[in-house]
Amino acid sequence: MIPYSDFLFFLITAIALLPTIILGFLGKSSRKYNLFITVVMLALIFGLDMGNYTINWKATISILLFTLFQVLLIKGYHSYRKNKNHTAVFVIGVLLAILPLVLVKVLPFFNLHIFGFLGISYITFRAVQMIMETRDGMMKKDIPITELVYFLLFFPTVSSGPIDRWKRFDRDFKKVPTKEEYRELVYKGINKIFLGFLYKFILAFLLYNKILVFLPDRTYGVLDSFGGHLAYMYVYSLYLFFDFAGYSCFAIGVSYLMGIRTPKNFNLPFISRNIKEFWERWHMSLSFWFRDYVYMRFVFWMMKNRWIKNRYTVSYIGYFLLFLLMGAWHGLELHYIVYGLYQALLIICFDVFERWNKKKKFWKNNKWTHAISVFITFNFVCFGFYIFSGALF
Amino acid sequence: MDKEKVIQIIADVCEDDVVLEERDLDLFQEGLLDSFGTINLLVAFEDELGINVPITVFNREEWNTPNNIVMQLEELA
Repeated sequence: MIPYSDFLFFLITAIALLPTIILGFLGKSSRKYNLFITVVMLALIFGLDMGNYTINWKATISILLFTLFQVLLIKGYHSYRKNKNHTAVFVIGVLLAILPLVLVKVLPFFNLHIFGFLGISYITFRAVQMIMETRDGMMKKDIPITELVYFLLFFPTVSSGPIDRWKRFDRDFKKVPTKEEYRELVYKGINKIFLGFLYKFILAFLLYNKILVFLPDRTYGVLDSFGGHLAYMYVYSLYLFFDFAGYSCFAIGVSYLMGIRTPKNFNLPFISRNIKEFWERWHMSLSFWFRDYVYMRFVFWMMKNRWIKNRYTVSYIGYFLLFLLMGAWHGLELHYIVYGLYQALLIICFDVFERWNKKKKFWKNNKWTHAISVFITFNFVCFGFYIFSGALF
Repeated sequence: MDKEKVIQIIADVCEDDVVLEERDLDLFQEGLLDSFGTINLLVAFEDELGINVPITVFNREEWNTPNNIVMQLEELA
């Protein structure tokens, strides 16, 4: 059963969350009950094949083994890190954590479909984060297994994020909200869920079924070929936003009802004034993950070892690494890789311009330049999604 | 730990002397510091103060102003 994909899922979630909401309004802890419904919901999400209402054994066994593997790895590295801190062990830990995901991405090219299930990348992102933060000495205390598994597999966000941070998640998990705090959470949560209905089931649905399916070529003479592709580029970009922002609203809303303030994923991305700002507003939990755990680590490591003199060169290599990985994570098809390269180039060109402009003061800050910047950024972003869509090649 | 030296390092990395005067300025909101600047700052702390600040320890909520950075460094050192 795919989360938030049909009415049945919302109905089951609503029924399952009823006791959570009642406990919350009474100011009581619903922690134990939430752990219980997470197990039930996970069993439905991974174990139930909606096509013929049978049990999906392959996915069930895959997720169980995969979780066991990640938990053993995190706990193992955590107990190792108490006394020792070799870089090689850390690197092996990270490589092992991403190995299952890499196999899932690569093996289909050799016609091998051994395992693979919904959410494997997002669980991997959380697991890698645990190892990185353990390395940095952020995990002073023991990590209880129940909480760790709850964090890795928290059902509202298990399939596609947003990617929470352990420290933040753990704080919410431990704290029982007061009646007033919980009322606020429910208010915001329900608001989010209804915004999600508007985004995903009305706007994204209409954009897709009423417009996108006819583009770029079946416009019955209304648009020429170029016009058809141009319209496709813009409509696809809007569809992508409403579809994924809608999903994220559901995930955040349901998290709120369970007392977890899952971070937001989108913050009005299309009003960005430049490409850097765009990545701080679009799929934020993912881009922050790549920023913190790929780009910053790489740049810091390169600078510390002083292998390349020029710091900006290091930063630009870091951007290529970040966006190539992000592209490859979407899929190993050519258009995803080119999309990654395109984003890296945009950000580097903007960085060069920004530094030049800081000295020359060519592009001054006023409402006109602001509006033009937003317009230019929007068009570059949409062209990026046009590459991403695979319609170009 | 030399507080003035820390502030000077921050000002050098931000390339802006406003940091020397306004010590409760949110460096990220003002656009003075980004992820690249953060790395430069961490490298400078390690080179010039001998304090090793791991990347994930430096979060943008608690390390946002010159005064807060000094405070966080004092806790670490």
